[in-house]
Amino acid sequence: MFRWTGAALAAAIMALPLMVRAMRLSIDAVDRRLEQAAETLGASRMRVFATITLPLALPGLLAGAVLGFARSLGEFGATITFVSNIPGETRTLPIAIYSALQVPGSEDAVTRLSLIAVALSLAALMVSEGLTRRSAQGKSSHVV
Amino acid sequence: MSFEVQAERRIGERIIAADFMSDSGLTALFGPSGAGKTSLLNMVAGLLRPDAGRIAVGGAVLFDARTGVNLPARHRRAGYVFQDGRLFPHRRVRDNLLYGWNLARPEDRWMDLDEATSFLGIAHLLDRWPRTLSGGEAQRVAIGRALLSGPRFLLMDEPLASLDRARREEIMAVIERLRDELRLPILYVSHDRDEVARLANHVVPVG
Repeated sequence: MFRWTGAALAAAIMALPLMVRAMRLSIDAVDRRLEQAAETLGASRMRVFATITLPLALPGLLAGAVLGFARSLGEFGATITFVSNIPGETRTLPIAIYSALQVPGSEDAVTRLSLIAVALSLAALMVSEGLTRRSAQGKSSHVV
Repeated sequence: MSFEVQAERRIGERIIAADFMSDSGLTALFGPSGAGKTSLLNMVAGLLRPDAGRIAVGGAVLFDARTGVNLPARHRRAGYVFQDGRLFPHRRVRDNLLYGWNLARPEDRWMDLDEATSFLGIAHLLDRWPRTLSGGEAQRVAIGRALLSGPRFLLMDEPLASLDRARREEIMAVIERLRDELRLPILYVSHDRDEVARLANHVVPVG
């Protein structure tokens, strides 16, 4: 349990609700009228989901995954509580920053780690934003 | 007998009901906006379940409250042309056209892609994305997609409503050819008197 897999599990459990919610919203946002059109053309429920709903929701699903990733990146509480702080195994970025802060004279290390954290979050945010924008565009069907 | 519709459905406070029979050709459901014409079309298509009644097209029973028959939309073989086109935005025109064709049983298909594109004059649009089409082009592609799914009958919901005058003329000519050359039974919804006078063999007032 006190291994990196445990830390990954903790992060996954903490990120899941947020991720599922974002993904659910993007599936709900797919135009029901397009799904009906596919139905009248002979598609079964499963096929409608696979050929219409899923591709149209895909950017939103990916955005949800990125959101989950970003949430995991900042995971601290569950990790340190359940899998402790083992260097090379369960020491995540926030925990590493926390540990470095406990040691006098490690300001440089803290700064470096913080910059990495900021860069990663920023990248995730940009990817997520881009995907959300794409999904908003793709969703608009041709309305005559 | 083409369409035999006797259906009733309560939506909120309103009761939408119709009772009509029609011969082949184009049957127009004619009435003011909000009278429930689209709901009736959805009942024939299988997208909306009537509370009571019986719906048959060309002798085949699609819905019968008394015997519990309620064929799902995908088995009704209705070619539904929606008011707003409803082309799939993530598929090119070609893949939109072939969506229903690929799902139809080979013996149910009665038109192929080449026939449909030349009938509707849309061969040059095949590689385009739906969002790049004009209103009239999109509506012709929507008609083509319906025809290629091998339908036994067509349902058309105000297919001219959002087109300008020139495009209306163009689509109206297409609809006349569907009626006269392909001899498909068509159930057509409209609130426009001139349109109905020109296209319909049979008019059913609604509302």
